[in-house]
Amino acid sequence: MSLIAVVKEECETCRLIVPVLAQLQASSSLEIRSQDNPSFPESLQVTDDTELAYSWQKRIETVPTLIRLDDDGNEVDRTFGWDKTAWERLTGEFLEFDIPAFRPGCGSMTQDPGMPEKLAARFDLEKLQARQLTIASEEDELEACFDRGWSDGLPVIPPTPERVMRMLTGTHRDPAEVVGVVPPDLIPCTVEKIAINAVLAGCKPEYMPVVIAAVEAALQDEFCMHGLLATTYYSGPLVIVNGPISRAIGMNSRGNALGQGNRANATIGRALQLVIRNVGGGKPGGVDRSVFGNPGKYTYCFAEDETNSCWESLSVEKGFNEDDSTVTLFAADGLQGIVDQKSREPESLCRSFAAGLRVAGHPKMVMASDAILVVSPEHERVFRLAEWSKQQVKDRVMELLMIPGEELVRGADGIAEGLPEQFRDKTVPKFREGGFNIVRAGGSAGMFSAIIAGWGASGSIGSTPVTRRIVLTK
Amino acid sequence: MTTFMDPTSERDPGSRQPLPRPTDLSGKTVGLLDISKPRGDVFIDRLEDLLVQKGLKTRRYKKPTFTRVAPTELKQQIADECDAVIESLAD
Repeated sequence: MSLIAVVKEECETCRLIVPVLAQLQASSSLEIRSQDNPSFPESLQVTDDTELAYSWQKRIETVPTLIRLDDDGNEVDRTFGWDKTAWERLTGEFLEFDIPAFRPGCGSMTQDPGMPEKLAARFDLEKLQARQLTIASEEDELEACFDRGWSDGLPVIPPTPERVMRMLTGTHRDPAEVVGVVPPDLIPCTVEKIAINAVLAGCKPEYMPVVIAAVEAALQDEFCMHGLLATTYYSGPLVIVNGPISRAIGMNSRGNALGQGNRANATIGRALQLVIRNVGGGKPGGVDRSVFGNPGKYTYCFAEDETNSCWESLSVEKGFNEDDSTVTLFAADGLQGIVDQKSREPESLCRSFAAGLRVAGHPKMVMASDAILVVSPEHERVFRLAEWSKQQVKDRVMELLMIPGEELVRGADGIAEGLPEQFRDKTVPKFREGGFNIVRAGGSAGMFSAIIAGWGASGSIGSTPVTRRIVLTK
Repeated sequence: MTTFMDPTSERDPGSRQPLPRPTDLSGKTVGLLDISKPRGDVFIDRLEDLLVQKGLKTRRYKKPTFTRVAPTELKQQIADECDAVIESLAD
């Protein structure tokens, strides 16, 4: 049996127990490892751990920590702080000194602010697979990222090993785990690559579970990320977050939910786009052939406002529990407003919604794109007071969007665009079944809602929205 | 010296790459940039002869002084007007 004590001079408890350490070093094979002063305690034999390699490897969180090893050098027990009873049990010795029987320890230097990621970068980097690139000291770090093509056009956070290690603390998942294959280059994407791009995007580690789920959802076959990237259409991936995590990480679901100013909203959507760009190789002018794109292709992510809503949330509609956190990926265009400040009855407001939705893509375009209607609290109130469920609103709007073929055929209304003549006597729904969804978000004042129309290729011929549970624990 | 973790698929070399060079100059316009060193014009005149013989279009530019980098406006003008540029160093 042997003993190892990890101490630092700065810790009052460590200084208090110097007589104990002296006795143990005299009677047992006690090795003392000091984190700060390699000659503390004076006159005892001390191993220098000022590099903190041993403390990090042994995951020391408190000093003093006393570890007992068996004859093969394997740890069999440990205690931390000064607890006379525990130390006597661990050492098998009577430790009678004129000091209190109990004193809590201090934080290990491995736990100092910023230190865990520094030590992880120093001692654990070989656990990662990504290539390490050396940037010359003359290079500006931000410009170096631009020069290597890693940016969407805005500055990115340089992905230093420390930052990547810190990002990986946000997930329990193995950095080497492949979460999907990223188009267009069909590159297997690891958790580690997601973490590096999350650093570029400016994410906090606590956003990682959401980012990983968003990437996983985007890489499901039915989401059709390759086609969505390659299309000449306006669309890009939109991430809607539901459940407790959206509140835990401080996402914005209220005023400016679709605007700027919230770090989680801004960086989660951006991280997904940067994964497509950097891992998949999907870039404007390359496989991305969009005529216009849309501002959401920088980042497009918000949370549904589930508090005090009279409606069930999008994720509950999709079969998840209220306690589940989910992401829903939607192939989304930009945003179109619906301003209706007069409607106080559901029927009137549904008609406003339908009129706005009718023009998505083109007033004659039917069964092509999906749409998400983002209903503000003041518009939701109209339905709340009338006790209309979300499903009732969806059903009524879909009914109102059953369009007579004579309005849709080529030449109708003097517009060459339209459906072939054989549709003249038919009635055609604007959206495919299941292609119209509603979420609640937005600021408390303003009788506005917002339409987010989708890619002109929806469902089995293009993209189907994908909802995926965010995995928070093993 | 700083280390970055590569965010890409690592298909490209890790070092910073120059812009792709044209594989064929036919039909292209080649800029000839004299950096204002003595006898730079002699060198550029000869290059221009050779390029014109090959049927290429050329355009001449000159830096105000070899001691400083080219003015931004000049770089923008060359990028706008040419497909490739040859910068001559001479003495």
